Amino acid sequence: MWSDLPSGKAMADATAALAALADPTRRRVFERLRIGPQPVGAIARGLPVSRPAVSQHLAVLKTAGLVTDRAEGTRRVYQIDPNGLGAIRAWLDQFWDEALLAFKEEAERPATEEEE
Amino acid sequence: MEARTIKVAPIRKSLIVKTDADKAFAVFTAKIGNWWPRAFTIGASPLKDVILEERGNGRWYERGEDGSECEWGKVLVWEPPTRVVLAWQISGEWKYVPDLITELEVRFTAIGARETRVDFEHRKLEALGDAAEAVRAQLESGWPGLLEAFAAAAEGRPVQMPSIQGM
Repeated sequence: MWSDLPSGKAMADATAALAALADPTRRRVFERLRIGPQPVGAIARGLPVSRPAVSQHLAVLKTAGLVTDRAEGTRRVYQIDPNGLGAIRAWLDQFWDEALLAFKEEAERPATEEEE
Repeated sequence: MEARTIKVAPIRKSLIVKTDADKAFAVFTAKIGNWWPRAFTIGASPLKDVILEERGNGRWYERGEDGSECEWGKVLVWEPPTRVVLAWQISGEWKYVPDLITELEVRFTAIGARETRVDFEHRKLEALGDAAEAVRAQLESGWPGLLEAFAAAAEGRPVQMPSIQGM
């Protein structure tokens, strides 16, 4: 049975994730992390914004569930949190499972007189 | 906009349907209203029917019980009975966004007189990130429904997003 509609929490998470990535600079910050966990200094290198600005973008990404951070000595290391960006994808994945099952049942249902 | 480099993995599903390809194709397209999960609707009125126009560039939309229509997308490729590509133009906020194109490709391959393999792919999901521009604008203008949803989520209360019906 249908039971996988997103909870409000899940959809709010997905919305926050998508809204966070709508900012081009923030998206570049995020993309820097695709190669793996990195400290703030390495993320900021080569970006046309200040390091404090990068830290702010990282804070927004963290709030949106897109990245996580951890202390490593005196540095703070950020990495992509796969649960953030994937929130809506996960919902769609479940949705299509449900929908395609319903499609299969309808396609395999013997024709009735009204359809003849 | 800078060139988009974030990729979101496509959603892929394959299934075997015990019927011929002609019928499988027809059920998926012309008769989509017969099987579409009623819980999924973005209209204001409860879902009455789902309509997919059987032609290239055809409309894909829902009709509510009050007769109102709400666009979902359109037909990008129409190749009965083997292939259809649809544009799914619904954002993560459950809104139809004309500029948003994610693609659904469904291929139907006969593997016997009464068996069809159905390969399904929902791709270009990264476009959903672009649609978030609109979401952000709503946030900045203080759209009350969304802010209420965020507040409720933050406080651990159950919420219902404004445009989801039948939860």
